[in-house]
Amino acid sequence: MSISIGRRGAIVAAGATGLPIASHAQAPDPKRGGTLVMLGASTRHVNPALQSGTPAGIPGTQIFASPLRFDDKWNPLPYLAESWVLAADGKSLTLNLVKSAVFHDGAPVTSADVAFSIGVIQKNHPFKTMLEPVEGVDTPDPHTAIIRMSRPHPAIMLAMSPALCPILPKHVYGDGRDILTHPANTAPVGSGPYRLTEFKPGESITLARFDRFFIPGRPYLDKIVMRIIADAPTALLALERQEIVYIPYVTTVRDAERLGKQAHLQVSDKGFEGIGALNWLAFNCAKKPLDDKRVRQALAYLADRPRMLKVLQGGKVPVALTPIHPGSPLYTTEVNHFDYDLKKAEALLDEAGHKKGADGVRFKLTIDPIPGAVETSAGVAEFLRGQFKRAGVELELRTAPDFPTWAQRVAGQEFDLATDAVFNWGDPVIGVHRTYLTRNIRKGVIWSNTQSYSNPKVDALLDAAAAEPDPAKRKAEYKEFQQLVVDDVPILFLHPFPYTQAAHKGLKGLPTTIWGPMSPWDEMYWEAADRR
Amino acid sequence: MNAAIWTVRRLLHGAGLIVAVLVLNFILVHLAPGDPADVIAGEMGGASETVMADIRAAYGLDRSVPEQLARYLGHVLTGDLGFSFYFNRPVTALVFDRMGATALLVMSAIVTALVLGTWLGVVAARRPRGLAAQLVAVFSVAGFAAPVFWTGMMFLLAFASYWPIFPVSGMADVGYPRHGLAYALDVAHHLVLPSLTLAMIYMAQYSRQARAGMLAALSADYIRTARAKGLTEPRVVWRHALRNALIPVITIAGLQFGQVLAGAVLVETVYSWPGLGRLAYESILRRDSPTLLGVLLGSAVMVILANLLTDAAYRLADPRLRGTS
Repeated sequence: MSISIGRRGAIVAAGATGLPIASHAQAPDPKRGGTLVMLGASTRHVNPALQSGTPAGIPGTQIFASPLRFDDKWNPLPYLAESWVLAADGKSLTLNLVKSAVFHDGAPVTSADVAFSIGVIQKNHPFKTMLEPVEGVDTPDPHTAIIRMSRPHPAIMLAMSPALCPILPKHVYGDGRDILTHPANTAPVGSGPYRLTEFKPGESITLARFDRFFIPGRPYLDKIVMRIIADAPTALLALERQEIVYIPYVTTVRDAERLGKQAHLQVSDKGFEGIGALNWLAFNCAKKPLDDKRVRQALAYLADRPRMLKVLQGGKVPVALTPIHPGSPLYTTEVNHFDYDLKKAEALLDEAGHKKGADGVRFKLTIDPIPGAVETSAGVAEFLRGQFKRAGVELELRTAPDFPTWAQRVAGQEFDLATDAVFNWGDPVIGVHRTYLTRNIRKGVIWSNTQSYSNPKVDALLDAAAAEPDPAKRKAEYKEFQQLVVDDVPILFLHPFPYTQAAHKGLKGLPTTIWGPMSPWDEMYWEAADRR
Repeated sequence: MNAAIWTVRRLLHGAGLIVAVLVLNFILVHLAPGDPADVIAGEMGGASETVMADIRAAYGLDRSVPEQLARYLGHVLTGDLGFSFYFNRPVTALVFDRMGATALLVMSAIVTALVLGTWLGVVAARRPRGLAAQLVAVFSVAGFAAPVFWTGMMFLLAFASYWPIFPVSGMADVGYPRHGLAYALDVAHHLVLPSLTLAMIYMAQYSRQARAGMLAALSADYIRTARAKGLTEPRVVWRHALRNALIPVITIAGLQFGQVLAGAVLVETVYSWPGLGRLAYESILRRDSPTLLGVLLGSAVMVILANLLTDAAYRLADPRLRGTS
């Protein structure tokens, strides 16, 4: 495998053998056979072309193959595309498809399917910026697809990832029916390592090995059963009892530590850089007194994030300083760290005209923690209440019973402060820009710029970085963006989500690339003979 | 009153109740904040205003609530409970799919509670000051006071973690084919903890009720007569006294059917039992109103039928009631 800059600056990559290459180091002797019974999540369907998120993404990346996959160092690897060329001007990406790939119904995978899928994603996927500059896909022959763009679009490489660019068969999904309600969304036909054999909504998803998968000899497992267990403690107990043997997303440090003490389990915190989940505290910049940057900065100085993480996460989770996940190569620590400083906070609040009243109170705010684990939602709010009170800012908790209630308040911009969990999705263009662009302030739309944050300089920097083909210049632009946003404090970044994956020790080839569990599990196998 | 007239009257009452339940549930469900478009947008990872509007239009959520209600009632009258936003399936199919699992759980819990609760009540009544009676009293207070979800977690810790003799979740192991004796035994094995959890609170109540009924019955004249006739003590207790003591227990059991179904929501969630309760729980979280309304309608029908059967059983057990309305 080689990745090099060509003579005219075109980025060329190809598998030396013409075959896709493992996404991480191969074990010496993978074994074939066995069933993986694991924790699944409830989902409406399993078509990642129409939605983001892990519930559809995990089964979806097993069912559908994508043009590229990535290793654990953010390098693209061949998948359905055995080689590719990103043009020197950055305005086209040529994908040379594997000739042996077929869909689960036996039809060959062609460039027409790639063009169709990119059209579907562009029209229906919520991440509109992901393929925004794509003007069309040329198909000069059945195994060549050329994605044409109106401007350089460096995010196009990560947009070819398994969870973001599933290749759908045109002859199935392009039959004229509405793609959003197409029956094949719950009875899918893909070209990935596993095919769906049963979809029981809210109960289980069952996959079986696809024997004609285009990578010879793979996948190794016979069957995957994703059991949906709604109650988190029950799911952990089921893993301890080996009723299930894999949980791809353990969400709290406490649970990961508990599972790590089990002799038969392995726990890994690798494989979550791609989705780049951040826990943060959002400020409604359109409401008084939070429309004043000094007030937001004062609250940031009061937050004392290292202490918060010590109290809530046992000090096992680092502070996230910026809107970009610490696992990303674009992350910088050269920003204002807002270390705890009560005096500075009080001075800023005084300067903003919010003096303490006779009762010691300057003003009152509400906080809406996103429903979830205590350590990352309600616990954060409780901690901040104590911190803010030190400077005379009273915080009232508004606990939402469920996601729709919380989402309605936040999307409707009817909040002061809210904790939220938001994903980077690889390239900032895909998952970061949406939160900060002025043109993305859209009332009623969750995970848009619900903070009503607006800074023309930030807008200009994001637009420039989105189209910057030079990696060094792009990195510098994102660095400046991070410095500006951190200083403006539309959001106080708390920490990367402490995800871990936990599995039986006999299960090998766990997905630890940047996309982790949302990448194909064609390398996963049972080492223990009694499991096969 | 003639049994046929009585049955028709009760069925008509039941039909009226079902309409009231439909209307009330519809209004309550639509009063909750957020709607399926919020949930779908959340699961999609965000959605544009156009997509949100399309989703609302596709499911008729852009119409006024009275119009939605009228359309819903019209569909229900033709046997169409609507289409699930979240599960992408007709609600009728979803409800029927899950009804069997819930019926198994609820019926086994009620039978367990009735049999064990009554037995404990009889044991306590036979020697009211004995050790067994004291233990039954402690059990009934504890059983009645403990919330269902807590009991479920304690059972899980005791019998699935520390002493792992029962499975943690689900209705069957993945490895078994879904037919035959092995499958039936596997389901029975999975049923033990959920059924006991759900039965616990009612077992406690029935033991108290049976104890009180037995104490009253055992001091009645007809029992003294039975003993004077030389009947054996077990025959006096189990045949003569218990039959009278059971009437209030049966009445309470019938009235509590709805509560048992409500308890099933928690039990099914804790044990991942694939029944209507879990479907209701997921539908509430996802604002999947057609599914939730379908589950509530199914539950209402089951409760009304259970009450009807209870009344019939009551009339059978007590001949004096057959001539009353």
